[in-house]
Amino acid sequence: MSALRELYQEVILDHNKSPRNFGRMADATRKVEGYNPLCGDHYTVYVRLEGDIIKDVRFEGTGCAISKASASVMSAAVKGKTKAEAEMLFRSFHKVVTGVADPMKHVEELGKLAAFSGVSEFPARVKCATLAWHTLHSALESKTTVVSTEKD
Amino acid sequence: MKPIEEILERENKLSAYDLLGCRHHFPVLRQQVNGKPLVYFDNAATSQKPQVVIDTIMRYYQEENSNIHRGVHYLSERATRAYEAAREKLQKFINAASYEEVIFVRGTTEAINLVASSYGRTNVKRGDEVLISALEHHSNIVPWQMVCEEKGATLRVIPMNDKGELQLDQYEKQLTNRTKIVAITHVSNAIGTINPIKEMIAMARLRGIPVLVDGAQAVPHMKVDVQDLDCDFYAFSSHKMFGPTGVGILYGKKSLLEAMPPYQGGGDMIKSVTFEKTIYNDLPNKFEAGTPSIASGIGFGAAVDYLKNIDMQGVATYEHELLTYATEQLSSIRGVRIIGTANEKAAVLSFVIDGIHPHDIGTILDDEGIAIRTGHHCAQPVMQRFGVPATARASVAFYNLKDEVDVLVRGVHKVIEVLG
Repeated sequence: MSALRELYQEVILDHNKSPRNFGRMADATRKVEGYNPLCGDHYTVYVRLEGDIIKDVRFEGTGCAISKASASVMSAAVKGKTKAEAEMLFRSFHKVVTGVADPMKHVEELGKLAAFSGVSEFPARVKCATLAWHTLHSALESKTTVVSTEKD
Repeated sequence: MKPIEEILERENKLSAYDLLGCRHHFPVLRQQVNGKPLVYFDNAATSQKPQVVIDTIMRYYQEENSNIHRGVHYLSERATRAYEAAREKLQKFINAASYEEVIFVRGTTEAINLVASSYGRTNVKRGDEVLISALEHHSNIVPWQMVCEEKGATLRVIPMNDKGELQLDQYEKQLTNRTKIVAITHVSNAIGTINPIKEMIAMARLRGIPVLVDGAQAVPHMKVDVQDLDCDFYAFSSHKMFGPTGVGILYGKKSLLEAMPPYQGGGDMIKSVTFEKTIYNDLPNKFEAGTPSIASGIGFGAAVDYLKNIDMQGVATYEHELLTYATEQLSSIRGVRIIGTANEKAAVLSFVIDGIHPHDIGTILDDEGIAIRTGHHCAQPVMQRFGVPATARASVAFYNLKDEVDVLVRGVHKVIEVLG
Protein backbone atom coordinates (compact mmCIF):
# COMPACT_ATOMS: atom_id res chain seq x y z
CA MET A 1 0.00 0.00 0.00
CA SER A 2 1.33 3.43 -0.86
CA ALA A 3 2.03 5.97 1.87
CA LEU A 4 -0.92 7.98 0.60
CA ARG A 5 -3.31 5.04 0.96
CA GLU A 6 -1.86 4.39 4.42
CA LEU A 7 -2.78 7.96 5.28
CA TYR A 8 -6.27 8.04 3.85
CA GLN A 9 -7.51 4.69 5.11
CA GLU A 10 -11.17 3.67 4.77
CA VAL A 11 -11.91 4.44 8.42
CA ILE A 12 -10.62 7.99 7.93
CA LEU A 13 -12.49 8.54 4.67
CA ASP A 14 -15.68 7.24 6.27
CA HIS A 15 -15.43 9.38 9.42
CA ASN A 16 -14.51 12.41 7.33
CA LYS A 17 -17.63 12.01 5.20
CA SER A 18 -19.97 11.09 8.02
CA PRO A 19 -18.48 12.37 11.26
CA ARG A 20 -19.96 10.81 14.41
CA ASN A 21 -21.05 12.94 17.38
CA PHE A 22 -20.94 16.02 15.19
CA GLY A 23 -22.73 19.16 16.37
CA ARG A 24 -23.06 21.17 19.53
CA MET A 25 -24.09 19.82 22.91
CA ALA A 26 -26.66 21.74 24.95
CA ASP A 27 -25.79 20.26 28.34
CA ALA A 28 -21.99 20.23 28.07
CA THR A 29 -20.06 20.75 31.28
CA ARG A 30 -16.85 21.59 29.39
CA LYS A 31 -16.38 23.33 26.08
CA VAL A 32 -13.01 24.20 24.55
CA GLU A 33 -12.04 25.53 21.14
CA GLY A 34 -9.06 24.13 19.31
CA TYR A 35 -7.41 26.02 16.49
CA ASN A 36 -4.49 25.31 14.23
CA PRO A 37 -3.47 28.70 12.82
CA LEU A 38 -1.20 27.09 10.26
CA CYS A 39 -3.99 25.49 8.26
CA GLY A 40 -7.11 27.07 9.74
CA ASP A 41 -8.50 23.85 11.27
CA HIS A 42 -10.95 24.96 13.92
CA TYR A 43 -13.01 22.74 16.21
CA THR A 44 -15.04 23.06 19.38
CA VAL A 45 -15.06 20.00 21.61
CA TYR A 46 -17.97 19.57 24.06
CA VAL A 47 -17.72 17.23 27.01
CA ARG A 48 -20.33 16.20 29.57
CA LEU A 49 -18.56 14.95 32.65
CA GLU A 50 -20.28 13.14 35.47
CA GLY A 51 -17.74 12.89 38.23
CA ASP A 52 -14.75 11.36 36.56
CA ILE A 53 -16.66 9.74 33.72
CA ILE A 54 -16.90 11.19 30.22
CA LYS A 55 -20.60 10.64 29.68
CA ASP A 56 -20.73 12.34 26.30
CA VAL A 57 -18.44 14.01 23.75
CA ARG A 58 -19.43 16.00 20.69
CA PHE A 59 -17.56 18.32 18.38
CA GLU A 60 -18.22 20.84 15.64
CA GLY A 61 -16.09 22.92 13.30
CA THR A 62 -14.15 22.65 10.08
CA GLY A 63 -10.84 21.25 8.99
CA CYS A 64 -9.11 18.69 6.81
CA ALA A 65 -10.08 15.04 6.47
CA ILE A 66 -7.45 13.93 8.95
CA SER A 67 -8.45 16.38 11.67
CA LYS A 68 -12.17 15.80 11.23
CA ALA A 69 -11.90 12.01 11.16
CA SER A 70 -9.60 12.11 14.17
CA ALA A 71 -12.12 14.18 16.16
CA SER A 72 -14.89 11.81 15.13
CA VAL A 73 -13.06 8.58 16.00
CA MET A 74 -11.85 10.16 19.23
CA SER A 75 -15.37 11.13 20.28
CA ALA A 76 -16.53 7.55 19.86
CA ALA A 77 -13.45 6.11 21.55
CA VAL A 78 -13.50 8.13 24.78
CA LYS A 79 -17.21 8.08 25.48
CA GLY A 80 -17.85 6.24 28.74
CA LYS A 81 -14.17 6.27 29.71
CA THR A 82 -12.73 7.93 32.80
CA LYS A 83 -10.60 11.04 32.42
CA ALA A 84 -7.47 9.04 33.21
CA GLU A 85 -8.34 6.36 30.64
CA ALA A 86 -8.91 9.00 27.97
CA GLU A 87 -5.57 10.67 28.73
CA MET A 88 -3.81 7.31 28.52
CA LEU A 89 -5.40 6.65 25.15
CA PHE A 90 -4.21 10.06 23.94
CA ARG A 91 -0.65 9.21 24.98
CA SER A 92 -0.69 5.96 23.00
CA PHE A 93 -2.34 7.64 20.02
CA HIS A 94 0.25 10.41 20.10
CA LYS A 95 3.10 7.90 20.12
CA VAL A 96 1.66 6.09 17.12
CA VAL A 97 1.00 9.16 14.94
CA THR A 98 4.44 10.58 15.67
CA GLY A 99 6.03 7.24 14.79
CA VAL A 100 7.51 6.74 18.27
CA ALA A 101 5.57 3.54 18.92
CA ASP A 102 4.80 0.57 16.71
CA PRO A 103 1.06 0.63 15.97
CA MET A 104 0.97 -3.18 15.94
CA LYS A 105 1.72 -3.17 19.66
CA HIS A 106 -1.23 -0.93 20.40
CA VAL A 107 -3.84 -2.39 18.05
CA GLU A 108 -6.07 -3.73 20.81
CA GLU A 109 -5.92 -0.56 22.87
CA LEU A 110 -6.37 1.81 19.94
CA GLY A 111 -9.04 -0.01 17.91
CA LYS A 112 -10.12 2.28 15.06
CA LEU A 113 -7.59 4.88 16.20
CA ALA A 114 -4.90 2.62 14.71
CA ALA A 115 -6.09 3.82 11.30
CA PHE A 116 -4.13 7.02 11.95
CA SER A 117 -0.77 5.26 12.05
CA GLY A 118 -0.10 6.35 8.44
CA VAL A 119 0.09 9.94 9.64
CA SER A 120 3.59 9.26 10.98
CA GLU A 121 4.85 9.29 7.38
CA PHE A 122 3.55 12.86 6.95
CA PRO A 123 5.11 15.05 9.67
CA ALA A 124 3.19 18.13 8.49
CA ARG A 125 -0.08 16.32 9.22
CA VAL A 126 0.61 15.20 12.81
CA LYS A 127 -0.95 18.41 14.11
CA CYS A 128 -4.10 17.68 12.13
CA ALA A 129 -4.44 14.26 13.75
CA THR A 130 -3.84 15.51 17.29
CA LEU A 131 -5.80 18.80 17.26
CA ALA A 132 -9.04 17.33 18.64
CA TRP A 133 -7.11 15.35 21.23
CA HIS A 134 -5.26 18.41 22.49
CA THR A 135 -8.59 20.21 22.67
CA LEU A 136 -10.15 17.34 24.62
CA HIS A 137 -7.14 17.35 26.94
CA SER A 138 -7.69 21.08 27.66
CA ALA A 139 -11.38 20.44 28.25
CA LEU A 140 -10.61 17.68 30.76
CA GLU A 141 -8.01 19.82 32.51
CA SER A 142 -10.22 22.89 32.49
CA LYS A 143 -11.34 24.31 35.83
CA THR A 144 -14.59 25.58 34.32
CA THR A 145 -17.25 23.01 34.96
CA VAL A 146 -20.21 24.90 33.55
CA VAL A 147 -20.04 26.49 30.14
CA SER A 148 -22.63 28.47 28.30
CA THR A 149 -23.44 27.25 24.82
CA GLU A 150 -26.09 29.92 24.36
CA LYS A 151 -24.01 32.75 23.00
CA ASP A 152 -22.65 31.05 19.91
CA MET B 1 38.38 32.60 -12.03
CA LYS B 2 36.76 35.23 -14.20
CA PRO B 3 34.99 38.28 -12.79
CA ILE B 4 31.27 37.99 -12.06
CA GLU B 5 30.31 40.03 -15.09
CA GLU B 6 31.90 37.52 -17.46
CA ILE B 7 30.22 34.56 -15.81
CA LEU B 8 26.93 36.37 -16.02
CA GLU B 9 27.38 37.02 -19.68
CA ARG B 10 28.36 33.44 -20.45
CA GLU B 11 25.56 31.78 -18.51
CA ASN B 12 23.03 34.33 -19.30
CA LYS B 13 23.24 34.90 -23.00
CA LEU B 14 19.67 34.70 -24.14
CA SER B 15 19.11 36.28 -27.49
CA ALA B 16 15.38 36.39 -26.92
CA TYR B 17 12.85 35.04 -24.53
CA ASP B 18 13.48 31.32 -24.65
CA LEU B 19 11.35 29.25 -22.37
CA LEU B 20 13.13 25.90 -22.53
CA GLY B 21 16.47 27.64 -22.28
CA CYS B 22 15.29 29.42 -19.13
CA ARG B 23 14.07 26.27 -17.49
CA HIS B 24 17.51 24.68 -17.81
CA HIS B 25 18.95 27.50 -15.74
CA PHE B 26 17.11 26.29 -12.62
CA PRO B 27 18.87 23.18 -11.30
CA VAL B 28 16.31 22.49 -8.56
CA LEU B 29 13.68 21.77 -11.19
CA ARG B 30 15.66 18.77 -12.44
CA GLN B 31 14.56 16.36 -9.75
CA GLN B 32 11.96 13.80 -8.88
CA VAL B 33 9.65 14.00 -5.88
CA ASN B 34 7.88 10.84 -4.75
CA GLY B 35 9.14 9.16 -7.91
CA LYS B 36 7.62 11.80 -10.20
CA PRO B 37 9.14 14.86 -11.88
CA LEU B 38 8.87 17.88 -9.60
CA VAL B 39 6.14 20.28 -10.68
CA TYR B 40 6.82 23.50 -8.80
CA PHE B 41 3.74 25.68 -8.53
CA ASP B 42 4.59 27.49 -5.28
CA ASN B 43 6.30 30.48 -6.84
CA ALA B 44 4.29 33.05 -4.92
CA ALA B 45 5.80 31.64 -1.72
CA THR B 46 9.30 31.66 -3.13
CA SER B 47 10.78 31.31 -6.59
CA GLN B 48 13.60 28.99 -7.63
CA LYS B 49 17.12 30.29 -8.29
CA PRO B 50 18.98 30.18 -11.58
CA GLN B 51 22.49 28.67 -11.62
CA VAL B 52 24.06 32.09 -12.13
CA VAL B 53 22.64 33.35 -8.82
CA ILE B 54 23.85 30.24 -7.00
CA ASP B 55 27.31 30.57 -8.60
CA THR B 56 27.54 34.26 -7.70
CA ILE B 57 26.85 33.57 -4.03
CA MET B 58 29.34 30.70 -3.94
CA ARG B 59 31.94 32.82 -5.67
CA TYR B 60 31.46 35.64 -3.21
CA TYR B 61 32.21 33.33 -0.30
CA GLN B 62 35.11 31.67 -2.10
CA GLU B 63 36.81 34.81 -3.36
CA GLU B 64 35.44 38.04 -1.97
CA ASN B 65 34.06 37.42 1.50
CA SER B 66 34.78 40.45 3.62
CA ASN B 67 32.86 43.14 5.47
CA ILE B 68 31.75 46.13 3.44
CA HIS B 69 31.93 49.92 3.84
CA ARG B 70 34.81 49.87 6.34
CA GLY B 71 37.92 47.94 5.41
CA VAL B 72 40.74 49.59 3.48
CA HIS B 73 42.02 46.23 2.31
CA TYR B 74 41.62 44.65 -1.08
CA LEU B 75 38.86 42.17 -0.23
CA SER B 76 36.72 44.70 1.58
CA GLU B 77 36.93 47.11 -1.32
CA ARG B 78 36.03 44.35 -3.75
CA ALA B 79 33.05 43.21 -1.66
CA THR B 80 31.89 46.81 -1.20
CA ARG B 81 32.08 47.39 -4.94
CA ALA B 82 30.07 44.25 -5.70
CA TYR B 83 27.45 45.11 -3.08
CA GLU B 84 27.06 48.70 -4.26
CA ALA B 85 26.97 47.52 -7.87
CA ALA B 86 23.98 45.38 -6.89
CA ARG B 87 22.28 48.48 -5.49
CA GLU B 88 22.81 50.31 -8.77
CA LYS B 89 21.42 47.35 -10.73
CA LEU B 90 18.33 47.44 -8.54
CA GLN B 91 18.05 51.18 -8.95
CA LYS B 92 17.96 50.74 -12.72
CA PHE B 93 15.65 47.74 -12.43
CA ILE B 94 12.88 49.82 -10.83
CA ASN B 95 14.01 53.08 -12.45
CA ALA B 96 14.61 54.94 -9.19
CA ALA B 97 15.95 58.47 -9.65
CA SER B 98 18.94 57.90 -7.36
CA TYR B 99 20.83 55.09 -5.61
CA GLU B 100 20.11 56.95 -2.36
CA GLU B 101 16.48 55.94 -2.72
CA VAL B 102 17.30 52.22 -2.80
CA ILE B 103 17.63 50.78 0.70
CA PHE B 104 18.68 47.22 1.35
CA VAL B 105 16.44 45.47 3.88
CA ARG B 106 15.79 41.85 4.82
CA GLY B 107 12.72 41.64 2.63
CA THR B 108 9.30 43.15 1.95
CA THR B 109 8.19 42.64 5.54
CA GLU B 110 11.11 44.61 6.94
CA ALA B 111 10.64 47.32 4.32
CA ILE B 112 7.05 47.87 5.41
CA ASN B 113 8.02 47.74 9.08
CA LEU B 114 10.69 50.33 8.41
CA VAL B 115 8.17 52.75 6.89
CA ALA B 116 5.50 52.03 9.53
CA SER B 117 8.01 52.47 12.31
CA SER B 118 9.88 55.52 11.00
CA TYR B 119 7.42 57.42 8.82
CA GLY B 120 4.32 56.10 10.62
CA ARG B 121 5.40 56.86 14.16
CA THR B 122 6.50 60.36 13.15
CA ASN B 123 3.46 61.34 11.11
CA VAL B 124 0.48 59.38 12.42
CA LYS B 125 -1.21 61.06 15.38
CA ARG B 126 -4.28 60.46 17.53
CA GLY B 127 -7.45 60.56 15.42
CA ASP B 128 -5.57 60.04 12.14
CA GLU B 129 -6.21 57.20 9.73
CA VAL B 130 -4.06 54.69 7.88
CA LEU B 131 -5.69 53.24 4.77
CA ILE B 132 -4.91 49.69 3.61
CA SER B 133 -6.89 47.30 1.41
CA ALA B 134 -8.90 44.12 1.87
CA LEU B 135 -6.31 42.25 -0.22
CA GLU B 136 -3.30 42.78 2.02
CA HIS B 137 -0.83 40.18 3.23
CA HIS B 138 -0.45 40.17 7.02
CA SER B 139 2.86 42.00 6.56
CA ASN B 140 1.00 45.03 5.23
CA ILE B 141 -1.67 44.88 7.96
CA VAL B 142 0.05 44.17 11.26
CA PRO B 143 2.80 46.87 11.17
CA TRP B 144 0.08 49.49 10.54
CA GLN B 145 -2.15 48.04 13.23
CA MET B 146 0.75 48.38 15.67
CA VAL B 147 1.29 52.05 14.76
CA CYS B 148 -2.44 52.81 14.97
CA GLU B 149 -2.73 51.13 18.34
CA GLU B 150 0.26 53.03 19.70
CA LYS B 151 -0.92 56.39 18.36
CA GLY B 152 -4.67 56.09 18.87
CA ALA B 153 -5.23 56.18 15.12
CA THR B 154 -7.69 54.15 13.06
CA LEU B 155 -6.92 51.52 10.42
CA ARG B 156 -9.33 51.79 7.47
CA VAL B 157 -9.73 49.11 4.82
CA ILE B 158 -10.57 49.60 1.13
CA PRO B 159 -13.25 46.96 0.41
CA MET B 160 -13.30 44.57 -2.56
CA ASN B 161 -16.07 43.09 -4.67
CA ASP B 162 -16.88 39.39 -5.09
CA LYS B 163 -14.34 39.05 -7.89
CA GLY B 164 -11.57 40.25 -5.62
CA GLU B 165 -11.22 43.75 -7.12
CA LEU B 166 -10.81 46.81 -4.92
CA GLN B 167 -13.75 49.22 -5.01
CA LEU B 168 -12.28 52.50 -6.14
CA ASP B 169 -15.49 54.47 -5.54
CA GLN B 170 -15.22 53.50 -1.87
CA TYR B 171 -11.49 54.22 -1.87
CA GLU B 172 -12.11 57.73 -3.11
CA LYS B 173 -14.47 58.39 -0.21
CA GLN B 174 -12.01 56.91 2.28
CA LEU B 175 -9.27 59.38 1.31
CA THR B 176 -9.75 62.25 3.75
CA ASN B 177 -7.65 64.84 5.51
CA ARG B 178 -7.30 62.35 8.36
CA THR B 179 -5.57 59.83 6.06
CA LYS B 180 -1.83 59.94 6.74
CA ILE B 181 -0.68 57.14 4.46
CA VAL B 182 -2.11 54.59 2.02
CA ALA B 183 -0.49 51.12 2.01
CA ILE B 184 -1.63 48.79 -0.76
CA THR B 185 -0.43 45.70 -2.53
CA HIS B 186 0.44 45.80 -6.23
CA VAL B 187 -0.55 42.16 -6.77
CA SER B 188 -2.49 40.02 -4.28
CA ASN B 189 -0.46 37.03 -3.10
CA ALA B 190 -3.57 35.10 -2.13
CA ILE B 191 -5.78 35.48 -5.20
CA GLY B 192 -3.66 37.21 -7.85
CA THR B 193 -5.61 40.48 -8.34
CA ILE B 194 -3.49 43.17 -10.01
CA ASN B 195 -4.54 46.46 -8.45
CA PRO B 196 -4.75 49.65 -10.55
CA ILE B 197 -2.08 51.21 -8.36
CA LYS B 198 -1.08 53.97 -10.76
CA GLU B 199 -4.62 55.30 -10.67
CA MET B 200 -4.87 54.75 -6.91
CA ILE B 201 -1.59 56.61 -6.32
CA ALA B 202 -2.80 59.51 -8.45
CA MET B 203 -6.02 59.69 -6.41
CA ALA B 204 -4.06 59.88 -3.15
CA ARG B 205 -1.58 62.35 -4.68
CA LEU B 206 -4.45 64.81 -5.35
CA ARG B 207 -4.91 65.01 -1.58
CA GLY B 208 -1.20 65.00 -0.79
CA ILE B 209 -1.30 61.54 0.85
CA PRO B 210 1.81 59.36 0.44
CA VAL B 211 1.41 55.80 -0.85
CA LEU B 212 3.40 52.67 -0.01
CA VAL B 213 3.13 49.79 -2.47
CA ASP B 214 3.83 46.17 -1.50
CA GLY B 215 5.40 44.96 -4.73
CA ALA B 216 6.53 41.49 -3.58
CA GLN B 217 4.27 39.66 -6.03
CA ALA B 218 4.59 42.18 -8.86
CA VAL B 219 8.33 42.44 -9.57
CA PRO B 220 8.79 38.82 -10.76
CA HIS B 221 5.99 39.16 -13.29
CA MET B 222 5.93 42.66 -14.75
CA LYS B 223 8.01 45.74 -15.45
CA VAL B 224 7.91 48.12 -12.49
CA ASP B 225 8.90 51.78 -12.88
CA VAL B 226 8.65 53.65 -9.58
CA GLN B 227 8.91 57.08 -11.22
CA ASP B 228 6.15 56.27 -13.68
CA LEU B 229 3.95 54.93 -10.85
CA ASP B 230 4.87 57.99 -8.78
CA CYS B 231 4.67 55.92 -5.58
CA ASP B 232 6.33 57.22 -2.41
CA PHE B 233 7.50 53.82 -1.19
CA TYR B 234 7.83 50.51 -3.01
CA ALA B 235 8.78 47.31 -1.15
CA PHE B 236 9.89 43.97 -2.61
CA SER B 237 11.89 40.82 -1.85
CA SER B 238 14.75 39.17 -3.71
CA HIS B 239 13.61 35.61 -3.11
CA LYS B 240 10.36 36.00 -4.99
CA MET B 241 12.22 37.23 -8.07
CA PHE B 242 14.76 34.40 -8.45
CA GLY B 243 17.30 35.84 -6.01
CA PRO B 244 18.36 34.58 -2.57
CA THR B 245 16.34 34.88 0.65
CA GLY B 246 17.24 37.40 3.33
CA VAL B 247 17.39 40.54 1.22
CA GLY B 248 14.90 42.96 -0.27
CA ILE B 249 14.52 46.58 -1.23
CA LEU B 250 12.70 49.55 0.15
CA TYR B 251 12.43 52.25 -2.46
CA GLY B 252 11.49 55.64 -1.03
CA LYS B 253 11.39 59.14 -2.44
CA LYS B 254 14.48 60.99 -1.31
CA SER B 255 12.62 63.93 0.21
CA LEU B 256 10.58 61.58 2.42
CA LEU B 257 13.52 59.39 3.40
CA GLU B 258 15.61 62.41 4.32
CA ALA B 259 12.94 63.67 6.68
CA MET B 260 12.42 60.28 8.34
CA PRO B 261 14.25 59.26 11.53
CA PRO B 262 16.43 56.13 11.41
CA TYR B 263 14.70 52.78 11.89
CA GLN B 264 17.47 50.94 13.73
CA GLY B 265 20.66 52.18 15.31
CA GLY B 266 24.09 50.62 15.00
CA GLY B 267 27.13 50.45 12.78
CA ASP B 268 27.05 51.73 9.20
CA MET B 269 24.14 54.12 9.81
CA ILE B 270 26.30 56.75 11.55
CA LYS B 271 28.83 59.41 10.61
CA SER B 272 30.14 59.96 14.11
CA VAL B 273 29.24 58.78 17.57
CA THR B 274 29.98 60.28 20.96
CA PHE B 275 28.13 59.49 24.18
CA GLU B 276 26.49 62.91 23.87
CA LYS B 277 25.41 62.87 20.24
CA THR B 278 25.35 60.75 17.10
CA ILE B 279 25.39 62.18 13.59
CA TYR B 280 23.48 59.88 11.27
CA ASN B 281 24.84 58.75 7.95
CA ASP B 282 23.51 59.94 4.61
CA LEU B 283 21.05 58.00 2.52
CA PRO B 284 20.81 55.13 1.92
CA ASN B 285 23.08 54.01 4.78
CA LYS B 286 21.04 55.90 7.37
CA PHE B 287 18.54 53.04 7.21
CA GLU B 288 21.07 50.20 6.99
CA ALA B 289 22.32 49.51 10.50
CA GLY B 290 24.64 46.57 11.00
CA THR B 291 26.35 44.19 8.60
CA PRO B 292 23.80 43.27 5.94
CA SER B 293 23.40 39.96 4.14
CA ILE B 294 26.25 40.82 1.76
CA ALA B 295 26.24 37.58 -0.23
CA SER B 296 22.48 37.79 -0.69
CA GLY B 297 22.71 41.41 -1.81
CA ILE B 298 25.30 40.50 -4.45
CA GLY B 299 23.22 37.45 -5.41
CA PHE B 300 20.21 39.75 -5.75
CA GLY B 301 22.22 41.81 -8.24
CA ALA B 302 22.90 38.63 -10.23
CA ALA B 303 19.17 37.87 -10.28
CA VAL B 304 18.50 41.34 -11.68
CA ASP B 305 21.15 40.78 -14.37
CA TYR B 306 19.48 37.48 -15.16
CA LEU B 307 16.08 39.12 -15.49
CA LYS B 308 17.52 41.88 -17.68
CA ASN B 309 18.06 39.29 -20.38
CA ILE B 310 14.49 38.12 -20.17
CA ASP B 311 11.71 39.86 -21.97
CA MET B 312 9.37 40.74 -19.10
CA GLN B 313 6.55 41.57 -21.50
CA GLY B 314 6.99 38.09 -22.96
CA VAL B 315 6.92 36.65 -19.43
CA ALA B 316 3.68 38.46 -18.63
CA THR B 317 2.06 37.25 -21.86
CA TYR B 318 3.23 33.66 -21.38
CA GLU B 319 2.20 33.50 -17.73
CA HIS B 320 -1.19 34.90 -18.64
CA GLU B 321 -1.62 32.12 -21.20
CA LEU B 322 -0.77 29.54 -18.55
CA LEU B 323 -3.19 31.17 -16.11
CA THR B 324 -6.01 31.21 -18.66
CA TYR B 325 -5.38 27.59 -19.60
CA ALA B 326 -5.18 26.44 -15.96
CA THR B 327 -8.30 28.42 -15.05
CA GLU B 328 -10.28 26.86 -17.92
CA GLN B 329 -9.08 23.35 -17.11
CA LEU B 330 -9.60 23.54 -13.37
CA SER B 331 -12.94 25.32 -13.38
CA SER B 332 -14.35 22.71 -15.76
CA ILE B 333 -13.86 20.08 -13.05
CA ARG B 334 -17.06 19.51 -11.09
CA GLY B 335 -16.80 20.81 -7.54
CA VAL B 336 -13.80 23.09 -8.17
CA ARG B 337 -14.28 26.79 -7.49
CA ILE B 338 -11.73 29.49 -8.32
CA ILE B 339 -11.32 32.10 -5.57
CA GLY B 340 -10.54 35.51 -7.04
CA THR B 341 -11.71 36.20 -10.58
CA ALA B 342 -10.51 39.76 -11.10
CA ASN B 343 -10.29 40.96 -14.70
CA GLU B 344 -6.67 41.95 -14.13
CA LYS B 345 -4.94 38.98 -12.60
CA ALA B 346 -1.40 37.66 -12.20
CA ALA B 347 -0.60 33.97 -12.52
CA VAL B 348 -1.86 33.01 -9.08
CA LEU B 349 -4.66 30.47 -9.04
CA SER B 350 -6.43 30.01 -5.72
CA PHE B 351 -9.09 27.31 -5.65
CA VAL B 352 -11.22 25.17 -3.40
CA ILE B 353 -12.93 21.83 -3.97
CA ASP B 354 -16.37 21.18 -2.48
CA GLY B 355 -16.13 19.12 0.67
CA ILE B 356 -12.36 18.69 0.50
CA HIS B 357 -10.02 20.68 2.70
CA PRO B 358 -7.05 22.37 0.96
CA HIS B 359 -4.63 20.55 3.25
CA ASP B 360 -5.79 17.22 1.89
CA ILE B 361 -5.49 18.60 -1.65
CA GLY B 362 -1.90 19.62 -0.89
CA THR B 363 -0.93 16.21 0.51
CA ILE B 364 -2.39 14.25 -2.40
CA LEU B 365 -0.85 16.59 -5.01
CA ASP B 366 2.51 16.30 -3.25
CA ASP B 367 2.28 12.55 -3.72
CA GLU B 368 2.13 13.34 -7.44
CA GLY B 369 5.26 15.49 -7.20
CA ILE B 370 3.29 18.75 -7.35
CA ALA B 371 4.23 21.56 -4.96
CA ILE B 372 1.42 24.01 -4.23
CA ARG B 373 0.63 26.13 -1.20
CA THR B 374 -2.37 25.37 0.98
CA GLY B 375 -3.67 27.45 3.83
CA HIS B 376 -4.57 31.09 4.36
CA HIS B 377 -1.49 32.46 2.57
CA CYS B 378 -0.84 34.96 5.38
CA ALA B 379 -3.99 36.76 4.28
CA GLN B 380 -6.67 35.62 6.70
CA PRO B 381 -8.94 38.63 6.01
CA VAL B 382 -9.01 37.66 2.31
CA MET B 383 -10.09 34.14 3.27
CA GLN B 384 -12.79 35.56 5.57
CA ARG B 385 -14.06 37.82 2.79
CA PHE B 386 -14.62 34.77 0.56
CA GLY B 387 -15.98 32.66 3.41
CA VAL B 388 -13.32 29.93 3.19
CA PRO B 389 -10.87 28.89 5.92
CA ALA B 390 -8.13 28.25 3.38
CA THR B 391 -7.49 27.66 -0.31
CA ALA B 392 -5.16 25.63 -2.48
CA ARG B 393 -2.93 27.97 -4.49
CA ALA B 394 -0.97 27.21 -7.61
CA SER B 395 1.31 30.08 -8.59
CA VAL B 396 3.27 30.19 -11.80
CA ALA B 397 6.68 31.43 -12.89
CA PHE B 398 8.01 31.74 -16.42
CA TYR B 399 9.79 28.38 -16.15
CA ASN B 400 6.54 26.49 -15.70
CA LEU B 401 5.18 24.50 -18.63
CA LYS B 402 1.74 23.90 -20.05
CA ASP B 403 2.37 20.16 -19.53
CA GLU B 404 2.73 20.88 -15.84
CA VAL B 405 -0.73 22.42 -15.78
CA ASP B 406 -1.99 19.11 -17.22
CA VAL B 407 -0.21 17.24 -14.42
CA LEU B 408 -1.92 19.54 -11.91
CA VAL B 409 -5.33 18.94 -13.48
CA ARG B 410 -4.81 15.16 -13.37
CA GLY B 411 -3.74 15.55 -9.74
CA VAL B 412 -6.93 17.41 -8.86
CA HIS B 413 -8.95 14.59 -10.45
CA LYS B 414 -7.06 12.17 -8.23
CA VAL B 415 -7.83 14.27 -5.14
CA ILE B 416 -11.54 14.02 -5.94
CA GLU B 417 -11.21 10.29 -6.62
CA VAL B 418 -9.59 9.69 -3.22
CA LEU B 419 -11.64 12.05 -1.07
CA GLY B 420 -14.71 13.04 -3.09
